[in-house]
Amino acid sequence: MITLESLTFRYGAGSPIFDRFHWTAARGEAWAVLGPSGCGKSTLLHLLAGLLQPTGGRVIIDGQPLTRPRPYTGLIIQDYGLLPWATVRENAALGLRIRNFYGPDGTHAPRDYRPTLEVTPWLERLGLLEVAEHFPAQISGGQRQRTAIARTLALHPDVLLMDEPFSSLDAPTRESLQGLVLDLWREQALTLVMVTHAIEEAAFVGQKILLLGQPPNREAVILDNPGAGTPSYRDSELYQAMCRELRARLGGR
Amino acid sequence: MKRRDLFLATAALLILWQILSWIVRLPILPSPLVVAKTFVVELVKGDLWRHFLASLWRVVASTALSIGLAAPAGLALGQSRQLSKIFLPVIYILYPIPKVVFVPVLLLFFGIGDLSKILVIFLVLFFQILVLVRDQAAALRPELILSVRSLGAGRRALFRFVYLPASLPAILTALRQSIGTAVAVLYVVEFFATNLGLGYYIAFQGSTLLNYPAMYAGIVMMSLLGLSLYFLVDRLEKTLCRWQSP
Repeated sequence: MITLESLTFRYGAGSPIFDRFHWTAARGEAWAVLGPSGCGKSTLLHLLAGLLQPTGGRVIIDGQPLTRPRPYTGLIIQDYGLLPWATVRENAALGLRIRNFYGPDGTHAPRDYRPTLEVTPWLERLGLLEVAEHFPAQISGGQRQRTAIARTLALHPDVLLMDEPFSSLDAPTRESLQGLVLDLWREQALTLVMVTHAIEEAAFVGQKILLLGQPPNREAVILDNPGAGTPSYRDSELYQAMCRELRARLGGR
Repeated sequence: MKRRDLFLATAALLILWQILSWIVRLPILPSPLVVAKTFVVELVKGDLWRHFLASLWRVVASTALSIGLAAPAGLALGQSRQLSKIFLPVIYILYPIPKVVFVPVLLLFFGIGDLSKILVIFLVLFFQILVLVRDQAAALRPELILSVRSLGAGRRALFRFVYLPASLPAILTALRQSIGTAVAVLYVVEFFATNLGLGYYIAFQGSTLLNYPAMYAGIVMMSLLGLSLYFLVDRLEKTLCRWQSP
């Protein structure tokens, strides 16, 4: 589904963050990308979203080299992603409004796209109906992130990219949203890539974990974590062992 | 503000005016009743309407012109570092200069017609709107732009769904702050080389005809012009920018 082919990326004339980096994620996998700050995880996600262009090599998604944001890829960022002047309902419908604005042209919206502004089922699924007419500043951080999820899923993506989506939330909200994302991942058959700096989050969400270190990143360090993706995994011994291993690897760098 | 409070404030000011006119007892301060009578007569029989319309046109035209030019310029400056680097120092120097001093210059260049008058008010409003819209556009978080781009938005959709709505409050704030100045400037420019407009009307009735009640009628009309524009902007701000006052 996602392939990085000899990817090289640097900002301006700086030293490379990725240097001939190879990585592949298969359709329907749930990936966590873990690493210390400055390791290039957000950069990786922006490359996958088509918001940055590689200095060398290619990003290939669903067989197509990526040159601009792709209509079937959803991106959710930590915060500030919602329009402050629009209500929850309007924010959730923003992606659809943008598609309606361009029409089904194949670049901004899929060719088979049928114009709609219907987001009520998503608001209901994400428990946002009571706050649908509120503005982002009037709702909680968890509700804001659920709005961002509704906005993305209303576009029926097949790839969902998340950039530290829950790091500004309190622990109970964070854990319930992690569970929700995994439910949606299964329901919608998404390919999920979640960037995080939290070891517990990576171990709980990522069936596969990509570890990044201090740049330049040359080799993809991948850990298999097959038990992840079920709500009870957090209580298991395997999960604890994975957390220990991740902690050791991050600390040992 | 509540309607009742506004009504009470108006009543209090009228009573104060009445009391002052009783104390002063001079023709240069007629009572509000006399002025109200003259106001109606001048509206119906005189040509206070024509003067009002001339002034209204000048304010509306210059406001539209300033929004039309300052808002896009502010957006461009707020989003582009290079443009900011070039133009910000110029704006920084021009911004605090009182634009009214350019009245004679503009008269010389653009003649004595409406154009020079509209341009003076335009100069006042332009910089106010430009600076506020620029600040607003510069304060837009890059994360917000990125996340909207990831939804498929290109340049046109970003403008329509992000930049335009983001600059609206700045435009309205700038207008609310500068509408008083605009009307004051209007009054000043209507002193010069015209025989139409409320500024001319007030000056002509007061210093040439010595018709004081009519002069006050003109002052009332000009106040109403400023007030109604202010209330209009205030109302627009409340309905279009509901999100700012949770």
